[in-house]
Amino acid sequence: MHELLQYPFDGAEIQRRRRRIRRELLEKECVRTPRRIAILGGSTTHDLRELLELFLLDEGIVPEFYESDFGAWWEDAMFGEALAAFRPELVVIHTGVRNISAYPPPSADETEAEKVIAAEFARFTAAWEAISRRFDCPVVQNNFEKPPLRIYGNRDAWDIHGRTYMTAELNRRMGEYARAHRGFYINDIDTLSADIGLGRWHDGKAWHLYKYSPAPEAVPELAHNLSRIIISVWGKAKKALALDLDNTLWGGVVGDDGVEGIEIGHEISSGQVYSEFQAWIAEMRRRGVVLSVISKNDEHNAIAGLNHPEGTLRPADFAAIYANWDPKDRNFAALARQLNLLPESIVFCDDNPAERKIVSDSFPGAAVPPFDAPEKYARILDRAGYFEPATLSADDLARADMYRQNAERAKLETSFADYREYLKSLDMHAEIKGFSPLYIARIAQLTNKSNQFNLTTLRCAETDIARMAESEDYITLYGKLSDRFGDNGVVAVTAAEREENVFHIRLWLMSCRVLKRDMEYAMLDALAAKAVAAGADTLRGYYLPTAKNGMVQDLYKKFGFSLREETEAGTVWELSLSDYVPKCDIIEVERD
Amino acid sequence: MNRNEVYERLNAVFREVFDDENLTVADATTAADVEDWDSLSHITLIAAVEDEFDISFDMKTVVGLKCVGDMVDAILQEM
Repeated sequence: MHELLQYPFDGAEIQRRRRRIRRELLEKECVRTPRRIAILGGSTTHDLRELLELFLLDEGIVPEFYESDFGAWWEDAMFGEALAAFRPELVVIHTGVRNISAYPPPSADETEAEKVIAAEFARFTAAWEAISRRFDCPVVQNNFEKPPLRIYGNRDAWDIHGRTYMTAELNRRMGEYARAHRGFYINDIDTLSADIGLGRWHDGKAWHLYKYSPAPEAVPELAHNLSRIIISVWGKAKKALALDLDNTLWGGVVGDDGVEGIEIGHEISSGQVYSEFQAWIAEMRRRGVVLSVISKNDEHNAIAGLNHPEGTLRPADFAAIYANWDPKDRNFAALARQLNLLPESIVFCDDNPAERKIVSDSFPGAAVPPFDAPEKYARILDRAGYFEPATLSADDLARADMYRQNAERAKLETSFADYREYLKSLDMHAEIKGFSPLYIARIAQLTNKSNQFNLTTLRCAETDIARMAESEDYITLYGKLSDRFGDNGVVAVTAAEREENVFHIRLWLMSCRVLKRDMEYAMLDALAAKAVAAGADTLRGYYLPTAKNGMVQDLYKKFGFSLREETEAGTVWELSLSDYVPKCDIIEVERD
Repeated sequence: MNRNEVYERLNAVFREVFDDENLTVADATTAADVEDWDSLSHITLIAAVEDEFDISFDMKTVVGLKCVGDMVDAILQEM
């Protein structure tokens, strides 16, 4: 990560050094995904665009932007032809309280007031629906911040004629809309503006001189907050915390002070702060953040500290515990390998600046927030937005448990001499069926975050997945895998498009959490069976190499496909279905 | 703070905002003399100057700025 963009950042410094930051980001060698993002603004969006670009570049997204003409957000959403030509992959609607066009007049009774509010809300829904109809892409919409002035004083908050009341009411309806519509995300500027301070947010000078809302000084926070949602929509949110123990999860050094000597619990304020931090982490775990420990400690001391009666976290809450005296960068690498996560998916938390430096030097992509005062730990992790859950599937909620189950599987594996015997002992069951609405969010998420076991690296929004599911020309398959340790959820995705007698495999990927479980064979069996049933005689597979998917370059060869074409873009493989023999006999499969 | 000291810090701000190490401005410099100094980067520039000198220009002052010399006058007056 670029050091100036690391949260908590100095917004003014980002503002004035933006050109240099941009240059430095573009000079760095890394794999980046190009994306087309349209910003439809109810105020000047130039600043927002430039700073959003920095935060996205820093996360490996190269945005190409479209900006609507000043204030023309609604017209553009409804009819804009240049917008249509741009073909946005995501639309940001940057509006706020200054874009509310009408309020209930002082004379309005409840019925009349409701009409005004409903009409205003309908103006917004019309824009969202037009975008959905025209572009079928995700929309990120600001909710409304509180107004700069209170016509009705304190009454403004609850009186039906109040502007403050109006914003709260519109926000409530917008939330309802978000709950009912896939691909619609709210950028919560109501909270953000409160966080920054309404007085700073609503700078009259910036509005009257340049039609900026919010004020330029709030734009770095705004762009950062927006970037968290966009990054999460495209599957790049962080997944795991790697936590130090001494002076991170409790005060003091357990090896020196003993379990009784460490600071945690509600008796003293220096213990309370760690109790609260542990409780916050436990909540994050419950909503799917994977936990791990990297601590310089003897393991028995680490475990004893985690069993402290006043602590909330327990050893069983962690998918992996590295308590030893090895250098932390080495443990970090081992952890990433064990959890099958990229270093940039892990947030490293340590109160020791030297340890933070070792890890951030070795893994420039990893997030290493400054942890210099325990009372700030939770807030930094919270507001940095590392774990922004734009979508939250059942699978996400169970993630922390799944990683822990994987650790147990790894233990079992070492007790078997024969790998096949180990696989049999797992008692695996799979469900392999066509894409269904229940799993669309998870399937889209997988296409965006699977890098290694991914043959074509085709990134899809939920709307793309829904389109494939509905198409007559596609065979779509998701695979869920469970075993004696638990359910892995949806871990494999395949989609093949028909052209005459050939099915072209456009999408073939699998989550690294089920590598070497023969799940890929079960998927191939299911695909072959469906293709044969549809009357086709050939499968054509494509391998498009990237920096990360080397592990599957020979997958089709392993499957028995023959090489048909080899170019710079990749390889094309073909399999005749006339004498197809099922390949997976170790997983019990349920198909539709 | 005298005019020369203001210029020293102001030049540093201009160099950062326009990412040009060789940029030097003087009283007579206007937006036309600096590549990329348009109405949009002007907003960033004003904010950066306010931040550097820990001041806040009022609206009337911002509207009245015609050249760098005006800006230096305004800075000295605010401080």
